[in-house]
Amino acid sequence: MRNAVKLVMAASVVALFSTAIVPTIAVAGDAEDGKAIAFNRTKGNCLACHAIEGGSLPGNIGPPLVHMKDRFPDKAKLREQIADATRNNPNTIMPPFGKLDILTPDELTKVVDYIYSL
Amino acid sequence: MRKIWSIVAVGCLMGIAGSAMANPDDDLKAVQKFFKERFPDVKTADYVNGVYALDAGLREQWQAIEDFPPYEMDVDAGKKLFETPFKNGKTYGSCFDNGGIGIAHKYPVFDAKTNKVVTLEQAVNECRKANGEEALPWYKGKIAQVLAYMNFTARGNIIKVEVPNDAAREAYEQGRKYYFARRGQLNMSCAHCHIDNAGRRIRADLLSPAVGQGAHWPVYRSDWGAVGTLQMRFDGCNKQVRAKPAAPQSDEYRNLEYFLTYMSNGLPLAGPTSRK
Ligand code: HEC
Ligand code: HEC
Repeated sequence: MRNAVKLVMAASVVALFSTAIVPTIAVAGDAEDGKAIAFNRTKGNCLACHAIEGGSLPGNIGPPLVHMKDRFPDKAKLREQIADATRNNPNTIMPPFGKLDILTPDELTKVVDYIYSL
Repeated sequence: MRKIWSIVAVGCLMGIAGSAMANPDDDLKAVQKFFKERFPDVKTADYVNGVYALDAGLREQWQAIEDFPPYEMDVDAGKKLFETPFKNGKTYGSCFDNGGIGIAHKYPVFDAKTNKVVTLEQAVNECRKANGEEALPWYKGKIAQVLAYMNFTARGNIIKVEVPNDAAREAYEQGRKYYFARRGQLNMSCAHCHIDNAGRRIRADLLSPAVGQGAHWPVYRSDWGAVGTLQMRFDGCNKQVRAKPAAPQSDEYRNLEYFLTYMSNGLPLAGPTSRK
């Protein structure tokens, strides 16, 4: 009985944990770091609002992040959206990741590389 | 496109631009209309049930919990506290209209003497002090139990928060500003989550609408392992956006509670209840 409880607990710990683990999709270098930062709840936590391939239980406040090169032919514009989304939509709920130092400039660069690869 | 327009409409009607002073009744009508369009199938009285009014699956799980209400012992404990005389022989009942029974739906009230909002838990602690007892700590424990009982006796009564004069209007206005102001490192307002995005999911959590949020306190949350007050929830939401919470029963939180409970005017009081 006790063991069964422990097993269930262990299983749920694994389940909890696995949502935080980044599934491996072939992305290279900075983009791979960027993915870890984007998925980390205390960093980008982009899944709170956006569906992203490979991310579980995403929110649906923002649009799914797909076809990013088509949406943002100019990578600098993509960086701007992530660094300070209020510049494109003053009433946006999306946090200004650069402007309020939620991410460091280096982290931001890595996240932009990753999002650009989607 | 529709979505953007309706947000702009609410934004203007609710005066985030902050022009003229708000007319509370116009605010209430505007926000009710906004939700009516977004949730055409939700019955008005059902808003007191928060996210459970929006999602049948979540509602089913919640109803299974409510079959054995996790706050039942707190209502009983609250009744006992409420009826046990203070050292001077008087009880809580001596401080309230109708002996404190069936009156919780009128709170918070605006006190014309101090020109401040008075929440029910403040009235409880003022009553203690007036009778030579020490104030209880805020948020949870005995204070939440007394509130659980007082709300229990007022269940079903129609919430009726009043804004009687200009000073009250100003307090309401401050509360409304708080609800619409961005705060914290994540730079979000209460309204971003509970008006603009009510009914959507932030990660796995469905977001409840502002209407109804003030209607069902105190709440037992498994997360808290206890019943807690509305202002305890304010703290939780402030921390989520990495904002510094205000002090319990500060002017900020009292005015916020005033505004938010006004947004539940006309709904049947549904506290105490349980939430995830
Ligand atoms: C709290 C909600 C929220 C969070 C967290 C969030 N976003 Fe957004 N995002 C939005 C919303 C809403 C939009 C739609 C446009 C707007 O309002 O700015 C958006 C738009 C975008 C767009 C433009 C999409 C397009 O096709 O036009 C990109 C790119 C983006 N977000 C990236 C990110 C990244 C990367 C992160 C994490 C580092 C992130 N977002 C975190 C809410 C959020
Ligand atoms: C980042 C999003 C977010 C922000 C910003 C936010 N909340 Fe919340 N809030 C939530 C979530 C998630 C819940 C739990 C699900 C629900 O009931 O909405 C919640 C729950 C609540 C509840 C309980 C509702 C119920 O039915 O039990 C209240 C009241 C509340 N929030 C008020 C506020 C206030 C006031 C503010 C601003 C000070 C605020 N929230 C800011 C996300 C947010």
